[in-house]
Amino acid sequence: MRYNWNWGILFQDPYFEWLITGIEWTLIVSSLAWILAFSLGSLVGVMRTLPQRLPRAIGAAYVELFRNVPLLVQMFIWFYVMPELVPDDLGRWIKRDMPYPEATSAILCLGTYTASRVAEQVRAGIESIPRGQRMAGLAMGLRTWQVYRYLLIPVGYRIIVPPMTSEFLTIFKNSSLALTIGVGEVLMQARQIENYTFQGFEAFTAATIIYVAVTLVVVAVMARVEVKTRIPGYGVRKGR
Amino acid sequence: MIEISNINKWFGSFHVLKNCSTQVAKGEVVVICGPSGSGKSTLIKCVNGLEPFQEGTITVNDISVGGKGTDLSKLRAHIGMVFQNFELFPHMTAMQNICLGQTKVLGRSTTEAQDRANALLQRVGLGELGYKYPAELSGGQQQRVAIARALAMDPIAMLFDEPTSALDPEMINEVLDVMQELARSGMTMMVVTHEMGFARRVADRVIFMDQGEIVEDATKDDFFTRSRSERAQLFLSKILQH
Ligand SMILES: Nc1ncnc2c1ncn2[C@@H]1O[C@H](COP(=O)(O)OP(=O)(O)OP(=O)(O)O)[C@@H](O)[C@H]1O
Ligand SMILES: [Mg+2]
Repeated sequence: MRYNWNWGILFQDPYFEWLITGIEWTLIVSSLAWILAFSLGSLVGVMRTLPQRLPRAIGAAYVELFRNVPLLVQMFIWFYVMPELVPDDLGRWIKRDMPYPEATSAILCLGTYTASRVAEQVRAGIESIPRGQRMAGLAMGLRTWQVYRYLLIPVGYRIIVPPMTSEFLTIFKNSSLALTIGVGEVLMQARQIENYTFQGFEAFTAATIIYVAVTLVVVAVMARVEVKTRIPGYGVRKGR
Repeated sequence: MIEISNINKWFGSFHVLKNCSTQVAKGEVVVICGPSGSGKSTLIKCVNGLEPFQEGTITVNDISVGGKGTDLSKLRAHIGMVFQNFELFPHMTAMQNICLGQTKVLGRSTTEAQDRANALLQRVGLGELGYKYPAELSGGQQQRVAIARALAMDPIAMLFDEPTSALDPEMINEVLDVMQELARSGMTMMVVTHEMGFARRVADRVIFMDQGEIVEDATKDDFFTRSRSERAQLFLSKILQH
């Protein structure tokens, strides 16, 4: 096989620009999706730990629904089916006037899907806190929301920094699925470069390097976060 | 001050508390003992509503704990509770532990809360250790911080659930001493403990529970000398051997 290597193509007009655009879209889609996943996931996760039955059931239903439908299917549902299901006015607005329909659908899809995974982490974090902590909070007169606000959430979230980091990295990698509905993220741009130049190896290598680089940065930042939020002496069991 | 009448409680089909009645007067110190699983913890957790109960009534200062309109959080703010495993909040220093309820529940200012916390740390013999995190303190020190945290709320009564049974032997006395001082100062106290020496020195009354029933409810002198049931005798002979 003869293949003409040409790494320089990556830095030529307009391909370099395409890659930069791809990085921008990847970062925009994954960070907005993460904000949604983190907030919604926190809410659902907390609901699953409340003493009342109704919020627990709603939380459980959410998680089962979003976690068990393949992500790619959800991507198509958000983009092709959703506008038909919502009330007519909204559907028309989505189809005609909603800005960046592909990216918006991708963000909603990745956000709501990852929220179900974040919710499970949040629930696990809170449930790993001994029952006595909640009791001690209630016993001093704190209300349930205060017990969450001052005790369970601060401790629970510290416990789940590592799994949350990997959830973020998952959303980042899953953002490549957005190309299936036409979002111009990194992988899409790489494919396009290949189509125009037939330099597929270079293009996909570039995409790979971009993913790895961002992942390394995120891991490094989160390692700092973990150190900064560590509770002095906690987890180092003494004596009994 | 605390009136418990005809309490029945079930965990599913398991009858944990059977028709329990007793009362604690203002300034009185009542020790509750009994074998493991007899329902002691459950009983005192009913007093501040941490455990719901199905039948009977409990009133604290004439406020019904199980009552429909009762604001339980408000009631609990005035009943201190100390747990077997201390239950200090691990992400807060001793000082922050003692200030949390004061600022978030009682609405005191931070300076006011800190002044009070410092005075209480002094009182439990930990004057200089407010900046430490729980994991940096010994068990005895943690439990004294927990007592200070409860006292910071100016409670009308204090509940203790086996406050020394998670402690190494050499730390038990430093906690009992603080509790004894508290009793002397006139605090109303319900104390689940197997420390019979403490009961002898400090208690006014002793309650003995077995299998969810209050088998014995007597003044300290009666309990240790006369009129006790076989079950209580058996229990005492077992724990006094040590
Ligand atoms: N949440 C719960 N659900 C079901 N059963 C429970 C629950 N909490 C306690 N029990 C049971 O109720 C009984 C009384 O428990 P409790 O903790 O009040 O006993 P205790 O007298 O404090 O014992 P110990 O000396 O071991 O602390 C035990 O048999 C226990 O297994
Ligand atoms: Mg107990």
